[in-house]
Amino acid sequence: MTSDAVPRASAANHNEELIPRYTFGERANHWIGALSYTFALLTGLAFWSPYLYWLAAIVGGGPTARFLHPWFGLIFTVSLFWTFKEWRRDMEVDDGDRAWAKAMPYYIQNEDDKLPPVGRFNFGQKLFFWGIFCGVILLLLTGVALWYTEALPWSWRFVRYAAILIHASAALITIGLFLIHVYMSVFLEEGSFGSMVTGYVTRAWAWTFHRTWYEEIKGGSRSKQ
Amino acid sequence: MSQASTELIRISGHPGTVPGAGLNREFQVCKLVDTTTCIGCKACEVACLEWNGYTFSETTFDNSYQTMPETAWNYWNLIKFNEHERADGSMMLLMRKDQCMHCEDPGCLAACPADAAIVQYANGIVDFQQANCIGCGYCMTGCPFNIPKFSPEARKVFKCTLCNDRVSVGLEPACIKACPTGCLHFGTKKEMKEMAQTRADQLRDVSGFADAGVYDPPGVSGTHVIYVLHDAKNPELYGGLPKDPHIPYSVRLWKGPLKWLGNLAMVGGLLGLAWHYMRFGPKKEEPIQPDNGNGRRP
Repeated sequence: MTSDAVPRASAANHNEELIPRYTFGERANHWIGALSYTFALLTGLAFWSPYLYWLAAIVGGGPTARFLHPWFGLIFTVSLFWTFKEWRRDMEVDDGDRAWAKAMPYYIQNEDDKLPPVGRFNFGQKLFFWGIFCGVILLLLTGVALWYTEALPWSWRFVRYAAILIHASAALITIGLFLIHVYMSVFLEEGSFGSMVTGYVTRAWAWTFHRTWYEEIKGGSRSKQ
Repeated sequence: MSQASTELIRISGHPGTVPGAGLNREFQVCKLVDTTTCIGCKACEVACLEWNGYTFSETTFDNSYQTMPETAWNYWNLIKFNEHERADGSMMLLMRKDQCMHCEDPGCLAACPADAAIVQYANGIVDFQQANCIGCGYCMTGCPFNIPKFSPEARKVFKCTLCNDRVSVGLEPACIKACPTGCLHFGTKKEMKEMAQTRADQLRDVSGFADAGVYDPPGVSGTHVIYVLHDAKNPELYGGLPKDPHIPYSVRLWKGPLKWLGNLAMVGGLLGLAWHYMRFGPKKEEPIQPDNGNGRRP
């Protein structure tokens, strides 16, 4: 038995030690994005189905929902673009992600010990980010056409026809990603939700879910850029 | 007919059934526009403005009789002029009174997300209820005739009501009342269809318009405004009247298969996530283990 195989005396405390994961700016931006997306989601669902039209009432009625929906969409877009600027490097897909993607069934079955180690974000998180990013680009382009639909001349009506279909389809894709994101961070992965509130995770959390990132930062230096 | 236009048969953005639908036997009303006897005097435009309480809009000049390019939110009735050169070199001034066609299968209503912002009465009139309109403009996307127009001041959409307020008390629409040549007629759909057909036959058999016919497009299950045209094979000549109007395919796809697919995916996704939690439970952090060299636990 080597000394390495025996946990150090302070291991229990060591595991619970907090290390920073998200800066204040990242967290503030996340919650601005989360609230604006939720607002756009609820008002959007009100326009999606007559059976959900009552959702418009909780934000002040149909005309108010129609007026505010694009503005909250814009706020979310700005928030997402800032995230893109900050996290673009962290979100780059690399060779490690390909191995992780192959092992994804283990991740889904909560057998995380069978997964290759991952950096600050795993491949699933990267898929989520780029999915939302592409979805929002489509939502933005089609959203502008729907926002000022009366400004489109009759000869450009094909833009309206395309916009209503693409806007709804892109929204559905982001809704799917959003549901998975909320489920995983609030319910599934313990410690995730708290990390986006306080900014901190335990060493054990970082070691369990983002081992490469943990190895990089445990000395105290964050090799983010 | 006074009860006819208070009975609804379709309501936009409405969950569930239509209250009171199908209780009475109703007349289907119809406006007949005979473009072959229209002289383009614009009396119908004036009558429309008068009755609905709008003022004249600023006109434009484009070297023709056309006073403005298309109808506006506060100008529901507009004669479209076209100086048409026929095959033999002679000129015809085609004039068509443009207004809401009151489709039997209205695209505006199909696209509208706001509960009861657009209704269809049992007599066939399709009417906008501005109190319920949210100003999204989806009706403008759903309409194949470029009729609903957005008012930036009101942030709501407006169009011809077929004088629902007059028809519901037994009067004919204001435009019909004002027409000096008798090219406008109002009655039941059956009567107007017969009258239009008689006139088209006359144009074909007596006046030498071989392609004369009635415009009552089947793509929107017929309309409650029908035209007699000298050349029913080329309705586009009459100020861009569409040859085969129908609710845009993208609107059908969006309100049909995409809606069902989306609802199924959203509900299925929620159930799937709940199933995942019950099957696999939460992911918990593990105490740190010494590295065995490959980054995995020993």
